[in-house]
Amino acid sequence: MNRNKNAFTNGIRDGIPIALGYFAVAFSLGIVAKKAGLNPFQGFLSSFLNHASAGEYAEFTVIMANAPYIEMAFVILITNIRYMLMSCALSQRFDPGTSNAHRLLVGFGITDEIFGISIGRIGALNPYYNYGAMAIALPGWSLGTALGIVAGNILPASIVSALSVALYGMFIAIIIPASRTDKIVGGVVIASFLASFAVSKIPQLDRMSDSMKISLLTVIIAGAAAALFPSKDDDGFDIDKKEEGGSRI
Amino acid sequence: MTHNIYLYILVAAAVSFLIRVLPLTLIRRKIKNPFIRSFLYYVPYVTLSVMTFPAIITAPKLPLAGILALTAGVAAAWKGVNMMGIAALCCAVVFICEMAAPYLM
Repeated sequence: MNRNKNAFTNGIRDGIPIALGYFAVAFSLGIVAKKAGLNPFQGFLSSFLNHASAGEYAEFTVIMANAPYIEMAFVILITNIRYMLMSCALSQRFDPGTSNAHRLLVGFGITDEIFGISIGRIGALNPYYNYGAMAIALPGWSLGTALGIVAGNILPASIVSALSVALYGMFIAIIIPASRTDKIVGGVVIASFLASFAVSKIPQLDRMSDSMKISLLTVIIAGAAAALFPSKDDDGFDIDKKEEGGSRI
Repeated sequence: MTHNIYLYILVAAAVSFLIRVLPLTLIRRKIKNPFIRSFLYYVPYVTLSVMTFPAIITAPKLPLAGILALTAGVAAAWKGVNMMGIAALCCAVVFICEMAAPYLM
């Protein structure tokens, strides 16, 4: 019991910087949500249930396009598919006797950052560590989105225009360092930029929604990259890899 | 036909939830298929790249501000600046460009 309490406290502590970062980025996501016509409660609900920056951005583009629900399902599947691999990796870290209730709750809370801090811990994963991180990070994300929608009304146009690129700045912060360490990823990023630009310039594709373009480009380019350059096993998802500094329980 | 925003959110939430919990509850062995592993490895980078460009240029009022924000963001990321720093830098570049633009044109 005491062990679980400690794990929860550690989760909250490690979740604080994540929550602060989330809050700021979710604020800019809220500006996109507002453009898509969501009210603050809907933004809060979407962020609380989905809590995925790229996934929610895609979600809002689907709403903006008034696309069919099936397209939403497909788009979310593609943009959030990385959580599947994270979920696979986490499943290996659980004690085999872990109940399904814990598996469902920990799974619900998977984000890039929460996955990052939980996979770094040594030994079997205590679900309460994840609950601690979720308890602080998810409200930060959800409230940030709601406030972004509210403040989109209050802030001057010049500030809204400036904040509109914050989310892209965050995406750049993920793709560029990876491109630097893995030249193939760098090539994939450049190919994606060029293909995305080309597709945006093809008039025949104007009727296709942005989210569908994003999903199709992802399947095609990632599929081609996987066929041409099968990644080595040092892809950061190797669950057998031992990392330092995780033993705090 | 118009769609209900709550239904959109529900569909997105349901798919996100299933993606996150199915492997955790069902699959208990490591994925061995190299193609699937590689595909899943590349997916986030392709998705984020496609979302970033050319949208970063069309999002601000002034396209040139977006180009400069992209350039500054890539340079800062290359130098190892953290995520929040890069996001703040991109916003600052757009803000300054759009403030300065009326005086330059």
